[in-house]
Amino acid sequence: MPDPPRLEVRKTYKLFIGGAFPRSESGRSYPVTGRRGGLLAHAALASRKDARDAVRAARQAFPGWSGATAYNRGQVLYRVAELLEGRAGQFADESVKAAGGGQVRAAGQVAAAIDRWVWYAGWPDKIGQITGAANPVAGPYFNLSVPEPTGVVALLAPAEPSLLALVSVLAPVIATGNTAVLVASEEAPLAAISLAEVLATSDVPGGVVNVLTGRTAELAPVLAAHMDVNAIDLTGADPAARADLERAAAGNVKRVFAAGQDWVAEDWAASPGLDRMLAFLETKTVWHPVGT
Amino acid sequence: MADQVLDAGRGWDYAPAPESTDIVSIAPSYDLFIGGEFVPPAGGGHFATLNPATEQPLAEVAQATDQDVDRAVAVARDAYQGAWGAMPGRERAKYLYRVARVLQERSREFAVLESLDNGKPIRESRDVDIPLAAAHFFYYAGWADKLEHAGFGARPRPLGVAGQVIPWNFPLLMAAWKLAPALAAGNTCVLKPAETTPLTALLLAEVIQQAGLPPGTVNILTGDGAAGQALVAHPGVDKIAFTGSTEVGKEIQRAVAGTGTKLTLELGGKAANVVFDDAPLDQAVEGIVNGIFFNQGHVCCAGSRLLVQESVADTVLDRLKRRLGTLRLGDPLDKNTDIGAINSRQQLDKITELSAAGEQEGAQRWSLACPIPERGYWFPPTVFSGVSQAHRIAQEEIFGPVLSVLTFRTPEEAVAKANNTPYGLSAGVWTEKGSRIFWMAQRLRAGVVWANTYNRFDPASPFGGYRESGFGREGGRHGLAPYLKG
Repeated sequence: MPDPPRLEVRKTYKLFIGGAFPRSESGRSYPVTGRRGGLLAHAALASRKDARDAVRAARQAFPGWSGATAYNRGQVLYRVAELLEGRAGQFADESVKAAGGGQVRAAGQVAAAIDRWVWYAGWPDKIGQITGAANPVAGPYFNLSVPEPTGVVALLAPAEPSLLALVSVLAPVIATGNTAVLVASEEAPLAAISLAEVLATSDVPGGVVNVLTGRTAELAPVLAAHMDVNAIDLTGADPAARADLERAAAGNVKRVFAAGQDWVAEDWAASPGLDRMLAFLETKTVWHPVGT
Repeated sequence: MADQVLDAGRGWDYAPAPESTDIVSIAPSYDLFIGGEFVPPAGGGHFATLNPATEQPLAEVAQATDQDVDRAVAVARDAYQGAWGAMPGRERAKYLYRVARVLQERSREFAVLESLDNGKPIRESRDVDIPLAAAHFFYYAGWADKLEHAGFGARPRPLGVAGQVIPWNFPLLMAAWKLAPALAAGNTCVLKPAETTPLTALLLAEVIQQAGLPPGTVNILTGDGAAGQALVAHPGVDKIAFTGSTEVGKEIQRAVAGTGTKLTLELGGKAANVVFDDAPLDQAVEGIVNGIFFNQGHVCCAGSRLLVQESVADTVLDRLKRRLGTLRLGDPLDKNTDIGAINSRQQLDKITELSAAGEQEGAQRWSLACPIPERGYWFPPTVFSGVSQAHRIAQEEIFGPVLSVLTFRTPEEAVAKANNTPYGLSAGVWTEKGSRIFWMAQRLRAGVVWANTYNRFDPASPFGGYRESGFGREGGRHGLAPYLKG
């Protein structure tokens, strides 16, 4: 008698907070379905408390990550690309299950995402040279302007389920030395958790990236109003909710960013430009007298 | 030895040296500057602007209404779509150079008028405010025909009509900070000066006429907060730039939420001026005085918290008080004056209230025992010692000549205390150790760090805050970014 077909081992998708994979403290989950309606997984339904925990983890990770040398951050990010490359097939498969489309198109998009991550991995030790300045002031002073990370950045990931969309919003934030709390797409959250698994097994310190899955409408207001979040990327926000989120963000003068979604276009290899990095950088200017 | 006081002898008694006001002629009443000419406000209302040193009215200025804001935005739009918007950068540059030159030529007139309307010492308006305002126009004039090299794309474009709301502490200088980069980038402007200090902005309107800028390129609307609100909320404005309090800055951020209007905010501060035990203490004392008593402390980046290392705290405080004893408070037009008038009754009340809170919360108050003029708004230089981080005078922006002194033992403690406010505009560090300067500079969460100096400004140097001190930079190449799109 032949052996029965091998039973597939399914994956549990949990949150990613402070380098660990907890379930929601609320004990809640929600079903995630694929393009054809079949159940893909029960994702964690993060609570407001989970969001606050994620912000705390991101804040704790900030001094270490922003204080690491630019060379070190670049190497850590490049390491992520190495591990993504090894899992390219998995990301393509997940994309097809979640969003449909052909395997070839999915593989091409994953490749573009990895290439984009490599592009960002090269930026940490260059962005300061592009955006800093030695300012010729009218007096005997040495005057330098340098970019510094804004701090903890909340990201509402685009609804587009692909790895490319996630990489496009996340990589510029951490390449510039910020730490991130990313709210995954509500309908298609699984790629974000798979990316978190890659981050957890690369050299990215715990807390630098935190990923929440659940109801964006529940989590976004908490992050927009949170007094220890310095900036928020509303790229993935519901346009109808955007004004309210911006109003909440004014409570601690958050930097609010929302830009186009170039990854929706077909030209995935085009340069994403600097806007997403510049949005989360501050300029610090240091003066010192010159004299004998 | 170091603590001995030099005996300068006798015969050095004070003699007043007042600057003459003959150079400036103030009209009894001013209208709004819209479309290149002065026009009466739609509502017909005017209000008085006072000399804060005498409480006497200087002139009446117009109260802009919603209708005036509509009109100003419309003519600014016309100018943007017309003469100014179509003009090549090299021509815009020449107009801005003209403005800079006229400001230089009429600088004494501006200085006297600024001191009359604001209350700041003539020495400051003459040596700081007016020259820096002219320098700002001169610096950005040169950018107008070089924007493609500024790092914002190969063909950077202006945003359109900029609505700009400025404070009363550096009236002309703040107008220059706002107008010069906006115009260099090719935008047109509607500027709302502060309610209590409109006169130099109106004189600048005359300069803009003399420089021959196309009508509508710069429009100046005087009025109270309601006029500012109307401008900020106007749907015809593409970009808002605001300098003022964090409280109002948050209101503006809420007002533009969801509209897509570009916004930059330069808000309040509670800067730490950190003095280590190896600092050149006499220079540090000068820096502390300049940090908090410059412009009566009406400075968003004022060094309002002195963090002094415990081992030298007593020495620094003694020398500071002795140095403060030489400051002269009084007539802003006297060239000897160090401390001028507080800008308004309202601001004096706020300083008085917060200082009272400092005493109630247990800090020790020391105020300079100097003669206070009978009329006008005045507050003597004041130092609070024994301040804890939780005290209101260690957390809230006083915006007056009041210094809160805290101590620390280690560099780590200094950083933790320096960063322990919601603000992040500026900071000072005093030490002879080079590596410690950079160690501190990296960890202070502030947009400007002055090391072994304080309160330096230059048009080439970017200025602006972290956290609740706002976002965006003014000055330097960075100062163009808020007015361009790639």
